[in-house]
Amino acid sequence: MTKPVHAVGPVRTAGRPQPLIDGVEKVTGRALYTADLPSAHALTGEILRSPVAHGEIIRIDTARARALPGVRAVITGADCDVAYGVLPIAHNEFPLARGKVRYWGEAVAAVAADDARIAREALELIEVEYRSLPVYTTAAAARAEGAVPLHADKPDNIEREVSHVFGDVDGGFAAADLVRERNFHYAEVAHAQMEPDCTLAEYDPERGRLTLHSVTQVPFYVHLTVAQCLKMDPAAVRVVKPFVGGGFGHRTETLPFEVIAALLARAAGATVKVELSREQTFVVHRARPETDIRLKVGMKRSGEITAVDAEVVQRGGAYAGYGIVTILYAGALIHALYRTTAVKYRGFRVYANTPPCGPMRGHGSVDMRHAFETMIDTMAGELGLDSFAARRANLITPPYRTINDLQVNSYGLPECLDWVEQASGWKRRKDKLPPGHGMGVACSHYVSGAAKPVHWTGEPHATVNLRLDFDGSITLLTGAADIGQGSSTLLAQVAAEALGIGLERFRVIAADSALTPKDNGSYSSRVSFMVGNAALAAGKELRSHLRNAAARRLEVNAGDIECLGETYRVAGSDRGISYREAVREALAQDGPITVKGTYTVPEELQGGKFRGAGVGPSPGFSYAAQVVEVAVDEDTGEMRVENVWVAHDCGFAINPLAVEGQVHGAVWMGMGQATGEQTQFFQENGLPVRANFLDYRVPTIVESPPIHVKIVESHDPNGPFGAKEASEAALAGFLPAFTSAVADATGIRVAELPLTSDLLLEAIHARRRSERLKRSRGGK
Amino acid sequence: MKRILSLLLNGRRREDAVADDMLLIDYLRELTGLTGTKRGCDGGECGACTVLLDGEPVLACLTLAVRCEARRVETIESLGESGRMNRLQQAFHEKLGTQCGYCTQGMIMAGEALLRRNPNPSETEIREALSGNLCRCTGYVKIIESVQAAAGKAP
Repeated sequence: MTKPVHAVGPVRTAGRPQPLIDGVEKVTGRALYTADLPSAHALTGEILRSPVAHGEIIRIDTARARALPGVRAVITGADCDVAYGVLPIAHNEFPLARGKVRYWGEAVAAVAADDARIAREALELIEVEYRSLPVYTTAAAARAEGAVPLHADKPDNIEREVSHVFGDVDGGFAAADLVRERNFHYAEVAHAQMEPDCTLAEYDPERGRLTLHSVTQVPFYVHLTVAQCLKMDPAAVRVVKPFVGGGFGHRTETLPFEVIAALLARAAGATVKVELSREQTFVVHRARPETDIRLKVGMKRSGEITAVDAEVVQRGGAYAGYGIVTILYAGALIHALYRTTAVKYRGFRVYANTPPCGPMRGHGSVDMRHAFETMIDTMAGELGLDSFAARRANLITPPYRTINDLQVNSYGLPECLDWVEQASGWKRRKDKLPPGHGMGVACSHYVSGAAKPVHWTGEPHATVNLRLDFDGSITLLTGAADIGQGSSTLLAQVAAEALGIGLERFRVIAADSALTPKDNGSYSSRVSFMVGNAALAAGKELRSHLRNAAARRLEVNAGDIECLGETYRVAGSDRGISYREAVREALAQDGPITVKGTYTVPEELQGGKFRGAGVGPSPGFSYAAQVVEVAVDEDTGEMRVENVWVAHDCGFAINPLAVEGQVHGAVWMGMGQATGEQTQFFQENGLPVRANFLDYRVPTIVESPPIHVKIVESHDPNGPFGAKEASEAALAGFLPAFTSAVADATGIRVAELPLTSDLLLEAIHARRRSERLKRSRGGK
Repeated sequence: MKRILSLLLNGRRREDAVADDMLLIDYLRELTGLTGTKRGCDGGECGACTVLLDGEPVLACLTLAVRCEARRVETIESLGESGRMNRLQQAFHEKLGTQCGYCTQGMIMAGEALLRRNPNPSETEIREALSGNLCRCTGYVKIIESVQAAAGKAP
């Protein structure tokens, strides 16, 4: 019956570099993104956008558009009276403007027609009359005395004011040897993901059902929001995420065109494709806001930080979106990178007549981290301290609870600092670089998922199903959206590791609400940690089914069976059965098996109780340190990033290949923000002037530096196999390391980003003028 | 006005009636169903739609379909044999030269044109050849590694 087995050990999958499970499709052109889905039968949806940035809608007349042959549906704000948004307390956006428009390009009406030409012709026939209101393109203008409120419930145009004090701030400043205060300004930036926005909406009038294929990071939010806005039973809606060409936060919240596509499909009783141009995709926006920071820091001679007083103003754009979360993150993540004993934070999220801002990689933490690290560096300089020494004077010893109730259980920052110091040759090279060259260092961190999801229902944070059938193949079902970060690959690796079998037995089906369990989505770097833990639990559950089956077959107790992946063996003997035999035995008793694994963030990691405490807590914090080396041409202001050394503590690298790729991408995206990226709007009318890739310039391959990555593994006690996030922490550190490197090379610090060549050259010229002036005065 | 376009598309002769103002990207995506070629911008900004015209990389969004009359057009779908990946595709897959995948086909087609005329390019030559192709995921580090890994190998 059972043959002696010469078992080999389980196959190890976690911790091994793994090409993407869906990589072949991507390199062969077979991967279907939303715009690639068969849609010859679909109507074309086009959106009429507001030509004024702030105004009342006096009249909309769609009669002539409706009469145009080939037009199948025309909708306006009158067709949807349900406001949506992110936090339930701040739902104030409609898919099509009602009564008022608040930014240039806001959707006012939409048409579904037989083809794009007819749809565009129909848009021209829609008459809209506006009464213009004053346009505010800066937070200061929107907050000025007498400014017209964008939203009736916020008369001063402040969406949220945050005021947090932790510890004895006055005492902290009194105990400092050096206190400095400085203002910083940060331009708004955009995600600029490569795939423009697109939704394919299919409505079945016979059954009253809607199917949406869309470019989302969070199919669940789209599902909820579309059902709400269309006043449909969510059970009649299906949301599918095809391949998605990047997100970086752009696609975290439900976006207007997604709801518009659904409304058009229902109105036309048909399938409608809404494909946005690059310009329109820029106008959808939802990225990092224009930000002003005033930061005051107290420091001891040792480098120890004694007190922090920060004030942040964010121009949040026209609607709430994630605004409250962003302004809270900016304060919450002052903490948990270094020891903090006294911190005062005031934050203002301001409405203005620009496209709504939202979450972007490093959500809320990036600009503040630049200001903070810059203060450390400049103050350390004044105190005669090395940049590394100043940071080492403030390190945390885990487990550590911050004064704002964030729990740090693993902390690889010391090792990160050691590695970048050594690898960059900091001690040897820093003060011996040729003229015009400089080096800078900075640290940064991020959450591995928010401990409190936006839609708090009390259910587990993540659920994964594993389905096992007669052929021995395992299908992993997850709602987590792979947007290029490799989550489907990682989840399969985790489950395979738990079962000890190779990835070739796995298939992953992700993000189709008809098939996969609900998931809170791919944002705030939650998937590796939370969904990874759920996949691990599901893998263990399935393993236990197979062990029980093997025990039945071998007539021993389940506890006597060891799982060796392709073999289930009686421990300490050579009696065993193969994986396929164990599957047959298990199915003989139960039929095809579907198991479930879940993950819930432990209560003690869910943060404090004060107002705003929901933003910041995470089950695991990731850490990064980096050294940036630059070369500056003082005649042109041109800066070249020559090298980046970055160490990232991701707890444990389930897929080291993907971790490297994520860290490269994060550092590089930080470089884009530091060196040139910025949106811009005409002050008079709110017209976006950089809504394309020529004016919104992301770095090309020519100016992108080598990025040397070290993976640091601090083995978090709660992460799957010790893992934490890998894709966000390293972004923020680039900005201050870069500006410190430029300061090292030139002696000039500009408290404004992006630090363009123009800006630097201006500062160099200003310095030359003042030096000349000094010389000429000295000569007299 | 429409006219008959006759060309060699991915090694196969095709004839289609196309409008004079139809762009090659729309011809490929809408008329032939070859959706591997991506639209990433509003015209000539990002390189995602790079295809080969008589072996030279061109942007399909800036090329009129009728300009391809009696010429050779190659898209991502034509690379490799019998459904197996070619050297660049394999390298981009194994080295993680692709993350979200949206710029990938353009990168690979630009890289293909490079390797055909220069089988062993220097890093600088790789950077120059791919300088019109934007990627938002990788920081280009592993894209360069991928092209280097493919260089010198049989096509």
